[in-house]
Amino acid sequence: MRRLLEAAALTAVVLAALQGRAAVAAQVDERVVHEVAAQLRCVVCQSLSVADSPSETANQMRQIIRERLAAGESPEQVRAYFVEKYGEWILLSPPKSGFNLLVWVVPFVGLGVGLVVVVLALRRWSRKPATAASPALDPVMRERIRREMSEGDKT
Amino acid sequence: MTLRGLRWAIPAAVLPVLALLTYGFWTDPKEIPSPLLGRPAAAFSLATFDGGPISLEGLRGKVVMLNFWASWCVPACYDEAPAVERTWRAYKNQGVMVVGIDIQDKEEAARQFLARFGHTFPNAPDPRGRVSVDYGVYGVPETFFIDRNGRVRFKHVGALTDEIARRHLDALLKEPA
Amino acid sequence: MIPELGYAATVAGFVLALSGAVAAVVGGWTGRAEWLRTGERAAIGVWVLITVCIALMLYAFLTFDFSVRYVAINTNRGTPFYYRITALWGALEGSIVLWSWMLSIYTLIVVVQYRRRQPELYPWVLSVMLGILAFFLLVMTIPAPPFERLTPIPPDGRGLNPLLEDSGMITHPVALYLGFTGFTVPFAFAMAALIIGRTGEEWITITRRWTIIAWYFLALGLLIGGWWSYHVLGWGGYWAWDPVENAAFMPWLTATAFLHSVMVQERRRMLKLWNLSLIILTFGLTLFGTFLTRSGIIGSVHSFTQGSIGVFFLSFLSLVLLGSFSLLAWRMDRLRAESQLDSVVSRESTFLLNNLFLLAATFTVFFGTVFPLLSEAVRGVKVSVGAPFFNLVNIPVFLTLLFLMGVGPLIAWRRASAQNLKRNFLKPVLAGIVAAAVLRLFGVANVLVLAAMGLVIFVSATIVLDYARAVRARRRSGEGWSAATWGLLLRQNRRYGGFIVHLGVLVVALGVAGSQAWSVQTETTLEKGQSVELGGYRVRFDGLEASEESNHGKVTGTFSVTSGRHWDVMLHPGRKFYPQEQTPIAAVDYRLGFIEDVYLVLGDFARDGSQATIKLQVNRMVSWLWLGGFVLTIGAALAILPDHRKPA
Repeated sequence: MRRLLEAAALTAVVLAALQGRAAVAAQVDERVVHEVAAQLRCVVCQSLSVADSPSETANQMRQIIRERLAAGESPEQVRAYFVEKYGEWILLSPPKSGFNLLVWVVPFVGLGVGLVVVVLALRRWSRKPATAASPALDPVMRERIRREMSEGDKT
Repeated sequence: MTLRGLRWAIPAAVLPVLALLTYGFWTDPKEIPSPLLGRPAAAFSLATFDGGPISLEGLRGKVVMLNFWASWCVPACYDEAPAVERTWRAYKNQGVMVVGIDIQDKEEAARQFLARFGHTFPNAPDPRGRVSVDYGVYGVPETFFIDRNGRVRFKHVGALTDEIARRHLDALLKEPA
Repeated sequence: MIPELGYAATVAGFVLALSGAVAAVVGGWTGRAEWLRTGERAAIGVWVLITVCIALMLYAFLTFDFSVRYVAINTNRGTPFYYRITALWGALEGSIVLWSWMLSIYTLIVVVQYRRRQPELYPWVLSVMLGILAFFLLVMTIPAPPFERLTPIPPDGRGLNPLLEDSGMITHPVALYLGFTGFTVPFAFAMAALIIGRTGEEWITITRRWTIIAWYFLALGLLIGGWWSYHVLGWGGYWAWDPVENAAFMPWLTATAFLHSVMVQERRRMLKLWNLSLIILTFGLTLFGTFLTRSGIIGSVHSFTQGSIGVFFLSFLSLVLLGSFSLLAWRMDRLRAESQLDSVVSRESTFLLNNLFLLAATFTVFFGTVFPLLSEAVRGVKVSVGAPFFNLVNIPVFLTLLFLMGVGPLIAWRRASAQNLKRNFLKPVLAGIVAAAVLRLFGVANVLVLAAMGLVIFVSATIVLDYARAVRARRRSGEGWSAATWGLLLRQNRRYGGFIVHLGVLVVALGVAGSQAWSVQTETTLEKGQSVELGGYRVRFDGLEASEESNHGKVTGTFSVTSGRHWDVMLHPGRKFYPQEQTPIAAVDYRLGFIEDVYLVLGDFARDGSQATIKLQVNRMVSWLWLGGFVLTIGAALAILPDHRKPA
């Protein structure tokens, strides 16, 4: 009799714990949903993320994200699910691999190249501090200098 | 490489960009190739407008034409609806199943659509969009052609015509089970 | 009758513009004045004809003349009065008409202003402008005619896209087009200068005000677009890095670079090749923008349509770019710099860096926008490039630009001595660091926000310091308060106009940084009477109500918003059901504040009003974007004032 009671109590505890865990699992952090949704492209609105878009499709997609996270999937798995169904295109930013690396790298490379060009140009255009006589001024330039000096323009 | 000749690199530099933009005319940004081709079609289990159940599992062994539509999809879904029904009537006895899935729609509007075109094949609403996302649907109408082994073989985006349906169904029917 | 009259006017306009352009070229080549007169008369005629077109279209709109296809598609009998007028530029064909009309007015202004003052440049400027006008009139005649007849005449029209029934719709395209078309004039002068070989600073000095005005209207158009996106589209954001947004942003970036680098040319007669390239690039990007919007090669929420119009625009863009860059290459010899740099630490090199970073941002935006096309061409795989990419790559660039904005105005020309640097920058740098440290103490952990705030304080401090010193100096030399403060602004209006514009940019930067870092949002379903809390506000769902407007049905929700601090407010977001649209349009409601906005979007709801799903946002610092626009207006207005003579 006592054993039966113990077994029943144990069962009850285990059941309660399972219930609690299910309840916790079902409580998905909205911020995680938002994070995943922000990486996916809304398929009917061109440039908005699923997180931002007010459309019905985006709504349904957010629900799917919520359900999958609640079922225990990780954010990467949820993302992978959408890529499996729609292709790379569904990601709002191309994955940083292969050909797509170009889009991430080229702008910085471009900036670097630009910096090099500017530095070279600055060196080429620079002269020694001891300068030659300045070129003759034309009247327009002379007038402007006179006007600016009389206005006390600061350097 | 003369310094004088180098100057013409400036206008020449524009050409690759113009070439890329010209290429753009050959593409359609709205058409996304489906990654599902050749892969097993996602299972679904829905309740039709008539009340009975419909599931992909139950159709194993038949060639399935899965058509996604909506009553607000003007004019394409309205243009293709007669062709879809004609295709069904022509192929129903050859081991082909036509299933229509209605997305993001109101029930009365959907029933009016069905009544207007006299669809006799099963149609079911996809109330929470699960099936449409499972098939990577991004607009309506879209039609999927699934072979007897349950693999997606073709996807047609836009209004369906009799010839397109016939072509794909004949191809799939020729294949051994 | 209207379709035929209108079509005749567009054809006549095209013929006139083309012949006027040819006449002006002959006039410039031979020096014979009568050819120029012909060109001028053509310019007047073109303006008259386009005005007639607009008058006809307005008449058709106001009298519900659905025999005109454009009227039938864009209005219906329920469209409110003022939207029937703004529908003029609400769709593709009408937008080209507006563009052409502005261009024709600018051409007339050029005729009046410069026929006597710039006799050598004038014929070529006129021919370039008439040539560009001819292209747009050609587009109006063939691929995008606004005067197509619709038979049979439908009893009612389709109606304006409901998203466009908004005050932003009245102003956004107008401001944007004033900006885009405004750059045609400096471009035309640049071409004229290259053609006649007068590649000095003239063309820059003459067109200085045009450039500032065009730049300003473009900035205004972008900000109004952001405002419209924010309060109409229902997603609570103001910029999505949509391809068409990017296409309008790029010419603004290059125009900003141009505004700064021309100062180097005016002072030091350097960067001639660079400045000419920049104005060609800017004008080319305005064409590219219209091409992108209208060709449909890159999908966008703005895209008007596909069709042959894309081919027209791409051909013209190719002609313009190849032609003008070839002109530039041909005249390369005359573009040597006439002086040299004295030091790397100088205003010249600061402006060069400014240009570098602005062009880097332009390149990033361009590359990201066309990358999907490139990926498809090379791999056959479609990818998306969206906000995460643009934000990530552009943020360091914009932060650097903020820094340069503080350094540029105060660092010395030619060579900045250590003393000059210390005097102008020590205190502002300290102020910036202190500000960032204080924010850190207050709990702000986001590095980017700290950097942005520190830089904003740094730049503001440089401006305030400079102004205070100047006022003090004038007071010491005996001027009264009014002359020392106001008078200073008016007398050195270019300088201080620029400073105020910089202040405007700072305000916008603050708005962007704050809203990105500190806004919060949530999505939830409420029963009637239930509340949700976010960011210190409690929002309670009180009920739903259905109503009928002139051209749509509407369901409005009532929500009580309470803030712990002070006020109660009722918000009424709704959903509008237009018969011609497939899905309902969200009508957002919001409560704007200086520091934060409460923003509410109504989603799904139960028919009986017992339940509603809402998206609630507390957006912070967004109002600073619009405030920045006002400051920009003041700065730009000051900068273009006529030069003040000092009282004797």
